[in-house]
Amino acid sequence: MHELSIAMGIVKIAEDETKKAKATEVSKIELIVGVLSGVEVDSLEFVWSSAVKDSVLENAELEIIKIGGKGKCADCDAEFEMENIYDVCPKCSSNFKGILQGKELKVKALEVI
Amino acid sequence: MCGTCGCGTDGNGPIILKPGEHSHSHHEHDHHHDHGHHHEHGDHSHSHDHAHDHKQRVIAVEKDVLQNNDVLAARNRGYFEAKNIFTLNLVSSPGSGKTSILERTLADLKEEIPFYVIEGDQQTLNDADRIDALNIPVVQINTGKGCHLESDMVYDAVKKLEMKNDSILMIENVGNLVCPSMFDLGEKKRVVIISTTEGEDKPIKYPDMFHTADVCIINKIDLLPYVNIDIQKLKDYALQVNPNLQFFEVSATKGEGMQAWYQWLKSNI
Repeated sequence: MHELSIAMGIVKIAEDETKKAKATEVSKIELIVGVLSGVEVDSLEFVWSSAVKDSVLENAELEIIKIGGKGKCADCDAEFEMENIYDVCPKCSSNFKGILQGKELKVKALEVI
Repeated sequence: MCGTCGCGTDGNGPIILKPGEHSHSHHEHDHHHDHGHHHEHGDHSHSHDHAHDHKQRVIAVEKDVLQNNDVLAARNRGYFEAKNIFTLNLVSSPGSGKTSILERTLADLKEEIPFYVIEGDQQTLNDADRIDALNIPVVQINTGKGCHLESDMVYDAVKKLEMKNDSILMIENVGNLVCPSMFDLGEKKRVVIISTTEGEDKPIKYPDMFHTADVCIINKIDLLPYVNIDIQKLKDYALQVNPNLQFFEVSATKGEGMQAWYQWLKSNI
């Protein structure tokens, strides 16, 4: 359940940024989570309430923006949608690819009071 | 709340001990959060002007959640590179033979190469004691309820090891094929271990770990006559996830195949 560590990392970032902005509380947080990031959104939501307890995020609305996966085949240059990290090139079946999108795991923005 | 285990208290962080040392507190948080790098995002922040809003502002943060771990991992990596310490992060499910491979390797090569070991487990000094019995400097990290090692724990453990230049550091991660994959420790190579008693489709069941590994050791090949596994199929699955994986097939208990692994280790320092 590494999502708890992830959630605590988010709390840490929110605490730092809120302090820097001389605000006291976060009313909304926007997260970006790629489908290939290794984080299960369901697990993250599951641990969220206990992770944010007694922090600036305690009453914040959580918005998770999911980003789909995209790869580019290293053999035939085809770009394709990815759902799993092991998806092969649909055109030439090569395993060799670069991941263009979907590994993101970021705090995008905070709305603070 | 405690970030390592999620318990309601503020404690229960990782405990980092050498064999023979005692922990004085079960609840000591030893996380170093030195964040010297706050990148101000200039004028990215702007205020919202809704009529009903009271001083509500939006901060454009755009920060990687794993940034703290990655920054400290980079610091570890720089230290290892400066001292020419070849650092491996050994990951696998529990019971695939990480510690046995380690024991065999250390016993066979310790006269030629200086080794250091960091052991990660939720509880006990058992693994560290096994390594200590071979007279190899070792530090145990007990993660408590934590399911993986993070770079700050390794940073603290490394300080206890006082390592020599031109050596090898083996970090045995917590037995878990999911969580450790996201956490860079500063290693040079990540080694995933799978044994012949596990299913051949494990690489696609747990793709993140195989995707981030450089080397795959297939252990317990002495059991091949008794288990129902197609090694080629296992490799094909692993290569589908990560076409750059390099394989070693070994038996840590019988010694079969260990020479190729040793050659690879020696060629890296």
